[in-house]
Amino acid sequence: MSVLVYTESEGGTFKKIAQEAVSYAKGIADQLGSTVTAIAINSNHGADLGTYGASKVLELSNDSLNKFNAEAYAQAIATAAKEEGAQVVVLSSSANSKFLAPLLAIELEAGYVANVTKLPISTNPFTVKHSVFTNKAFATSEIKTPIKIIGLAKNAYGVKENPVPASVSAFSPALSSNGMEVVSVDKATDKVTIADAEIVVSGGRGLKGPENWGMIEDLASVLGAATACSKPVSDMGWRPHSEHVGQTGKPVASNLYIAIGISGAIQHLAGINSSKVKVVINNDPEAPFFKAADYGIVGDAFEVVPQFIEKLKEFKSQNA
Amino acid sequence: MKILVCISHVPDTTSKINFTNGDTQFDTNGVQFVINPNDEFGLTRAMWFKEKQGATVHVANVGGPETEPTLRKALAIGADEAIRVNTAATDGYSVAKQLANVIQEGGYDLVIAGRESIDYNGGMVPGMVAKLLGANFVNTCISLEIDGSNATAIREIDGGKETLKTSLPLVIGGQKGLVEESDLRIPNMRGIMQARSKPLHVKEPISANAETLVTEFEKPAPRGAVKLASDVDELVQLLHNEAKVI
Ligand SMILES: Cc1cc2nc3c(=O)[nH]c(=O)nc-3n(C[C@H](O)[C@H](O)[C@H](O)COP(=O)(O)OP(=O)(O)OC[C@H]3O[C@@H](n4cnc5c(N)ncnc54)[C@H](O)[C@@H]3O)c2cc1C
Ligand SMILES: Nc1ncnc2c1ncn2[C@@H]1O[C@H](COP(=O)(O)O)[C@@H](O)[C@H]1O
Repeated sequence: MSVLVYTESEGGTFKKIAQEAVSYAKGIADQLGSTVTAIAINSNHGADLGTYGASKVLELSNDSLNKFNAEAYAQAIATAAKEEGAQVVVLSSSANSKFLAPLLAIELEAGYVANVTKLPISTNPFTVKHSVFTNKAFATSEIKTPIKIIGLAKNAYGVKENPVPASVSAFSPALSSNGMEVVSVDKATDKVTIADAEIVVSGGRGLKGPENWGMIEDLASVLGAATACSKPVSDMGWRPHSEHVGQTGKPVASNLYIAIGISGAIQHLAGINSSKVKVVINNDPEAPFFKAADYGIVGDAFEVVPQFIEKLKEFKSQNA
Repeated sequence: MKILVCISHVPDTTSKINFTNGDTQFDTNGVQFVINPNDEFGLTRAMWFKEKQGATVHVANVGGPETEPTLRKALAIGADEAIRVNTAATDGYSVAKQLANVIQEGGYDLVIAGRESIDYNGGMVPGMVAKLLGANFVNTCISLEIDGSNATAIREIDGGKETLKTSLPLVIGGQKGLVEESDLRIPNMRGIMQARSKPLHVKEPISANAETLVTEFEKPAPRGAVKLASDVDELVQLLHNEAKVI
């Protein structure tokens, strides 16, 4: 009996969402009086996961898994779940985890709930709270199967240190081949992605044109933030589609979301509801965004943003 | 090529979300229902396969009679036939079981579903359908080309995209990018007239138990009023000292 958690890594190093998932799994294990087993694919830093509460780490090293393959990854996690007698499997909300989760659910005949925001409300019956209607509401769901799969919403639980000694062992499940082949991966490695970012700086139609995005990028770079935009901005081709956030775009669950020249339409807000702190910069005090934000400045972005950048640089140098 | 587009029937994006019956049910009062946006991109891509590659396109929904106008809209956009599995959609798993049965009986080569439905946001039906059928599966699909039984798909990953080669039978979880917004079609009068006489089959469900059950809904706690900073100095101080995010 254990709680199994799949820990994602990039170039062998665990991502923050992996640390968060282990922290959360430890929380459930404590509720159940059980322990956490982590499975790591092509990372040999498994022992690090003890910091967040994993007492056992299964390290799977296999070159054929260097490129993500949902079916093979799901097979490996399912085998680990069976061998460990896992009652609960915890996954993050990354694109890869959301890809493999339903495959794993069928394989393990396990009920799966995505976008879970808290530790289970009760473990018998097993009930969890999760966001629905693109973060406009929450639901409580009971998972009725013997094995439960939880997709943890990003930044909902946070990374919590809970050090335990971790025993690391090699894990080599049998994996059958399948009909999927990754031909190429096209990924900007020097930029913070919206999915990973702690801070997101987002621009709307109020910025008038793509030529004005220099200051958005500068602001993002001072803050170590990812850049994003409203839907019309990507529809007009000012920015790439991958930056469009909202109900029909990407969800943002960062610690800080800064919206500049964005009116705050319901479809935009739906995508950013799970960001912790929202700041709006808009020259119209009546913009609906002010009703959804925590902090704001009423002012012209072309004046406020450059001042903000200068002030932040000053602040950083003082607090470095 | 026989294509099935899975259509979920969801509240329009501007809908106010409320609950009734002691917060156990979604309040449909005054709510306009539409084709799930992710499915509309998929349906439009299916129309391209129909027009350019001679594909047959069916659409399916698992739901009660109230979803029929949404299926009729899909027929008006150009689908050839619609299937409604006559049972309430309870959880992702039971919906996937019903759809897998429809797909097996219909002998579809390609199944286009959406990355997620904007109501329950499970993002689980397409993957479960694929696994139940033993078909290949590509999620968050933003481009799809079919050549004979070979498929080339591009999927969105965190921070970029990935190109995949695979083959039919294939299930995708699609989204914007499969086609652009400007390619979406508003049904015209002729389409609407034709849709009235196209087949809409009502199929009785197979037995499929739900694995999860929603017991209660809740709206987010109302937030406090925005704090306006008079200048950037004050904003930086608030973000540092109060919000502790920088
Ligand atoms: C089905 C559907 C789905 C949708 N999905 C999404 C989605 O996922 N994401 C999304 O973003 N939208 C979505 N939308 C669109 C949404 O309804 C809004 O149209 C959109 O969010 C508006 O973008 P915006 O705020 O950038 O532009 P606008 O609404 O034009 O707002 C521009 C803002 O900039 C301010 N401004 C102007 N000049 C300045 C200045 N100099 N300094 C500071 N502020 C200035 C203005 O006061 C205004 O508030 C969707 C719409 C539909 C119908
Ligand atoms: N009741 C349903 N009937 C038909 N298709 C559905 C239904 N529910 C979900 N789907 C399909 O599965 C996709 C993902 O839905 P979900 O797993 O609910 O987020 C949707 O975009 C649809 O294509």
